[in-house]
Amino acid sequence: MANFEAGLYYSESHEYVRVEGEFGYIGISDYAQHALGNVVYVDMPEVDDEVTAGEEFGAVESVKAASDLIAPVSGTVVEVNEALEDEPELLNKDAFANWIIKVQLSDLSELDALMDVEAYKAHCEA
Amino acid sequence: MEKKTCLYDRHVALGALMSPFGGFIMPIQYTNITDEHNAVRQHCGVFDVSHMGEVRVTGPDAERYVQHIFTNDVAGALIGQIYYGMMCYPDGGTVDDLLVYKMGENDFFLVINAANIDKDVAWMNEQKAGFDIVLDHQSDYYGQLAVQGPEAEAVVEEVLGLPCAELTFYTVKTIGDVIISRTGYTGEDGFEIYGFHEFIQECWDKLIESGRCKPCGLGCRDTLRFEVGLPLYGDELSADISPVMAGLSIFVKLDKAEFIGKEALAAQKANGVPQKLVGIELADKAIPRHGYAVLKDGEVVGEVTTGYHCLSVDKSVCMALVKTEYAKLGTELEVQIRKKTFPGVVVKKKFYDKHYKK
Repeated sequence: MANFEAGLYYSESHEYVRVEGEFGYIGISDYAQHALGNVVYVDMPEVDDEVTAGEEFGAVESVKAASDLIAPVSGTVVEVNEALEDEPELLNKDAFANWIIKVQLSDLSELDALMDVEAYKAHCEA
Repeated sequence: MEKKTCLYDRHVALGALMSPFGGFIMPIQYTNITDEHNAVRQHCGVFDVSHMGEVRVTGPDAERYVQHIFTNDVAGALIGQIYYGMMCYPDGGTVDDLLVYKMGENDFFLVINAANIDKDVAWMNEQKAGFDIVLDHQSDYYGQLAVQGPEAEAVVEEVLGLPCAELTFYTVKTIGDVIISRTGYTGEDGFEIYGFHEFIQECWDKLIESGRCKPCGLGCRDTLRFEVGLPLYGDELSADISPVMAGLSIFVKLDKAEFIGKEALAAQKANGVPQKLVGIELADKAIPRHGYAVLKDGEVVGEVTTGYHCLSVDKSVCMALVKTEYAKLGTELEVQIRKKTFPGVVVKKKFYDKHYKK
């Protein structure tokens, strides 16, 4: 069974944002890593790249298929989780502890369009 | 509406991820592709491959007919021998790749791809004018299991009680209604068992209950066959991809008197082909997938047919159809993966060695 972590913002395409001040840590939900199966590669942007809400910023690949990562919010990439380059399976071990990119948020109002954990849980069960 | 195999309920009960493939709703994985892949490489796995099609060809002209539609040469074959080859169109394009089992004199059992069953049966019927044969399409009667892996022989003998140790690679025998052959699509030793639905269901239950054989889905069937360089119709072979282009000329016997496609394939061998199937190994871990572009100095020169992060050797590799001038071993190419291009080098399209018991 998938875990659902409270206090995060979730998108319909199963990315989350953990907001800390002006920064957002973006990753995929535990539900998403379950659905993907063994993650074998994470395609990440580079520091200083711009990401735009609703647009693809990378991909998570299982053995079988590639799934696009869709940015839930806009901003500038300030850090990528380099540990995922060598250990993509960290996403399977703990998807919430292992964020993918850290961005400087450009528009906090974009968070209003995302779901809280209860709404996201309902979205996954639907 | 997809068809179900005789084991559908068992797959669902095991919690398999089910997905359409070749007109059937098939198990992709039960636990995960990596574990199932490794079970076959290291121990034993069982696949439901009941979606495969079967056609029996009998009658006084059966051998002459098989020779006419099949690229390999069954002349002088012993009863019990199996041949891999293709059916081709007159232009050399591939109708399907298949196994031909010689069950008796003028008695052949043809095993074809699920996705091609209707097309193949129609094709076979169109070619039979002038041959005194009976074409019996038996796909609905047979279920099929593939038991694959280094422990397959012991499992089939001890769990199923089917004596198979004396079968050599690519041979077949019958036990009552059951057909058993030392064949497979994984690069490991193993057996394929054809039987009526009730028998196949009993075998499946015994294999799963024994705990000696992991249920394996089509996900790892694809990673396993890919690693050892076996083609999949639709990826590496098609109406546009001839066996010569796919590097499978060894299964095209041009010294045979006659077969459909012979002239075109002989010309391709003699004059060369515009595109060839190659292996490409990437330096990076990014994964090339079916349909991605292959480039040389920024110009598109080909397309990926199948690609994975190869589970047995931990490398990102693919098979790709490229312009022949870029097909030489060692050629440096790039693969476009989403927004970036990744450097790669042409290698043999066998990324892991087969472990057949000959």
